[in-house]
Amino acid sequence: MRLALRELVRRPARFVTATLILTVIAILLMFLGGLLDGLIRSTTGAVRAQDADLIVYSDTSQASFLRSRIDPATRAVVEEVPGVFEVGGIGVVQLGARVPGNGPRDLANVALFGYELTPDGVPDPPAPGTAWADEVLRDDGVEEGQTIALGPARSPITVAGFVEDTSYLGQGGLWAEPATWRAVLARNRPDARLGPGVFQALVVRVEGASPGEVAGAIDAATGSTETLTVDAAISELPGVEEQQSTFNQIIGVTVVVALVVIALFFALLTVERTALYGVLKALGARSRTLFLGLVVQAVILTAIASAVGAGMVLVIDRLIPPGSIPLYVAPSRLVLSAVLLVLAAIVGCAFSLRRVLRVDPASALGSSS
Amino acid sequence: MNDRPIALDMRDVRKVYRVGDSDIVALDHATLSVERSEMVALVGPSGSGKTTLCSIAGGILSPTEGRIVVGGEDITGHSESQLTSFRQRKVGFVFQSVNLVPFLTARENLLVVDELGRRTGAAARERADELLDDLGLTDRSKNLPSQLSGGQRQRVAIGRALMNDPELVLFDEPTSALDTELGAQVMELIRSEVTSSNTAAIVVTHDERITDYCDRSVNIVDGKLQAA
Repeated sequence: MRLALRELVRRPARFVTATLILTVIAILLMFLGGLLDGLIRSTTGAVRAQDADLIVYSDTSQASFLRSRIDPATRAVVEEVPGVFEVGGIGVVQLGARVPGNGPRDLANVALFGYELTPDGVPDPPAPGTAWADEVLRDDGVEEGQTIALGPARSPITVAGFVEDTSYLGQGGLWAEPATWRAVLARNRPDARLGPGVFQALVVRVEGASPGEVAGAIDAATGSTETLTVDAAISELPGVEEQQSTFNQIIGVTVVVALVVIALFFALLTVERTALYGVLKALGARSRTLFLGLVVQAVILTAIASAVGAGMVLVIDRLIPPGSIPLYVAPSRLVLSAVLLVLAAIVGCAFSLRRVLRVDPASALGSSS
Repeated sequence: MNDRPIALDMRDVRKVYRVGDSDIVALDHATLSVERSEMVALVGPSGSGKTTLCSIAGGILSPTEGRIVVGGEDITGHSESQLTSFRQRKVGFVFQSVNLVPFLTARENLLVVDELGRRTGAAARERADELLDDLGLTDRSKNLPSQLSGGQRQRVAIGRALMNDPELVLFDEPTSALDTELGAQVMELIRSEVTSSNTAAIVVTHDERITDYCDRSVNIVDGKLQAA
């Protein structure tokens, strides 16, 4: 292993090309991961924020807030299901918002929620006519205390303060008490107006039972609902699975490319070192010692590439104007990418194992090359 | 022969390679003993079995038949792993093309033998310094092989072969890459080191002049040993 480390230190030039390629791959991997996280974050924030176990939709809605309707009678049935601890109504309307100071066509995309049970990080519902705004709306010029006009009816909503990570389908979340949401919905989407006490969905907190069992019990009791866990509801949001699937495939291909780069580089290095390995084996080196040296070199190169890549992605994150692309650089994503690359490096090295094993120490004798 | 201890004892050793449907006999009932401090020249044309004999004596190859004892250790039935361990402890090699590790200094090239085997640390460093001093390379100990002359590189290779205080050192054409004068100097050095370290040596060569530095010569033709 010392031999491998010394080679890295003494002959860095021979490893520069591979490290540069791996660095580019690391940047690509981390950037793609950041884009996926940003997209998912901006799509699912409002649902992820729900401090609840279950979300109850009407059974024909295909788990869509916009298509779902839960009337007070259904709610009453839900509240009586054993294991149901708390129930709150929730609804949303997606609109364009005119922000003071912005041009007339420069609308901020907002999703106004009416809620009863407070989501994580969102305070109790504010006074009628006001709403908590998601931080992302600051990029659209929204400020605390400002009154913005929602939708074609230009319904005024005053921003009471800001909350984080509550976006919904790429639109900044606004969180208001149900009456405010109901009024804005009625004025701007008359076709979707809801009667008194009717919500689009219910969020349910469970106690003393498993959420899965309670979900089944709710649907059995109402006969007209589809109850999902919060995680399942997130997956059902439009585009979430497609985004994850697409990006994960690209990320997977990128990891495979890293693996191939490592495999080819170290395979070439092993071929080049055949004579040296023969000599070292003749001197008493074991194949596993030589192979371990390869793995150590690959892991170090990949770790360096990952560290530089992470630094570059953090710089890119700072340079990109806020709100321009949905990039979210999370430490966990950087670490995961680095771990994937290191694993790819180890697997890539494994392709050279056979060649290392096959180096015959006898080749060192009787050879003048 | 006198009563010096036997370092290498090969008895009736055969090595047969299977090539396609036919058997190639590379070594044919070879019997050879080499005492400590004795230097034997192994002379023969290309393909005569010199390398096979050295490979078997050095624990790189296993024989098809026969018995090999080196430094009192019978290696005839050793597994690959046991042979590796044996080479670490009891054999030194000087290869035809020197083959120093290019990114290690002269001193580190000696110490690599210790790193590949059971590490002795300070003792190995002391041994390396001692050998470099013996070989007149103290002032070159921090030089890389590329910064050394051909003769200096060969001396480093000799030092590396002696690092593990071996029972047997195998020299494969040690002067083939050197001019006549340098070759003579290197052979004198080998002679001196073999004697002072009380080790046995086999020197593979085509060059009849090399035999002058050895205690005796053995010819090998078509895998059969013949006293010169």
